[in-house]
Amino acid sequence: MNRPVAEPCQEAIATLYSFLDGELTPDMRERIQHHLDDCAPCLSKFDFESELKAVIARKCRDEVPESLKLRVAQALRAEDGS
Amino acid sequence: MAGMADKATFAEQAMPFMSSLYSAALRMTRNGPDAEDLVQETYLKAYRAFGSFQEGTNLKSWLYKILTNTFINAYRARRRRPVESDMEDVEDLYLYRRLGGLEAAAASRSAEETVLDGFSEGEVKAAVESLPEQFRIAVVLADVEGFSYKEIADILDVPIGTVMSRLHRGRRALQKALHTYASEHRLVSPADVAN
Repeated sequence: MNRPVAEPCQEAIATLYSFLDGELTPDMRERIQHHLDDCAPCLSKFDFESELKAVIARKCRDEVPESLKLRVAQALRAEDGS
Repeated sequence: MAGMADKATFAEQAMPFMSSLYSAALRMTRNGPDAEDLVQETYLKAYRAFGSFQEGTNLKSWLYKILTNTFINAYRARRRRPVESDMEDVEDLYLYRRLGGLEAAAASRSAEETVLDGFSEGEVKAAVESLPEQFRIAVVLADVEGFSYKEIADILDVPIGTVMSRLHRGRRALQKALHTYASEHRLVSPADVAN
C-alpha cells in the first residue's frame, strides 16, 4: 500500500501520548516504534515528551510531614475505640 | 469493617501510599493544611469502607478514588462553576517547538543537566497547580502517579475518551505554563524549532 510520505509522521505524532502512556496495542506500538527507528524528527519529539513526562513525575513529590502520619494513626486508633 | 485482621491489614497495605496521596492532595488543594485534612479524611473513609474493598483489586486506585471524590465534594461547595472554559487552547508540542532544539543540543553535549531538568520542583509544581481543576487532576493521575486511562476513568467515573481529552488539553496548558518559567530562565532562544 502506498502512502504519502508525511502520513507515518502524522500517525506517530497523533499517537504520541498513547505511546508514552503505554496505551497502544502491541501491534500499533510496534508499528510506531518501527517508524521512530527510521525517523529522527519524530524520535526527537517522542524523546522530548518522554523526558518531560519523567521530569513532571520526578519533581512533583512531597515529603509527608511527621505530624500528618501521627494524626492519621491517631484518627484510625480512635475509630477502633468506637 | 469486618474484624481485627482486616484492620491490621488496612494499616499494613494502605499506609505506604500516604506519600503519593499527600503529593496529589497538595496539587489538588494547593496548600498544606487542606492537603493534610484531605489525606486524613481519605484514610478515615477508606478505613471505614475497607470491608467493601475487593481483595485482589487495585488498592492504590481505590484510595485515589476516595481522595478525589472527597476533594471534589469538599471543594464543590466553595466553587461557583466548573472552570473548563477558562482555559485557552494551546497548540500541540508547544514546549518542544520552543525548547526542543536546546534540549537536543544539551543531550548531544552530554550536558549533566538537560534543559527540562532545569525546571525546579517549585516551578513544576506551580505549573501543575495553575491548571483548572479537572485538567490538573487528570495530569496528576497520569503523569505523576502513572495510572492507566482505564484506572483514571474508574477513579473519576468518566468515560476513557473524557480522560484522554482532559489529559491532552491539560498537558498542552501545562507546557505553556512551564514555558513561562523557561522564559524567566532565559532558556528560550529566538531560533525556535520548526515543527
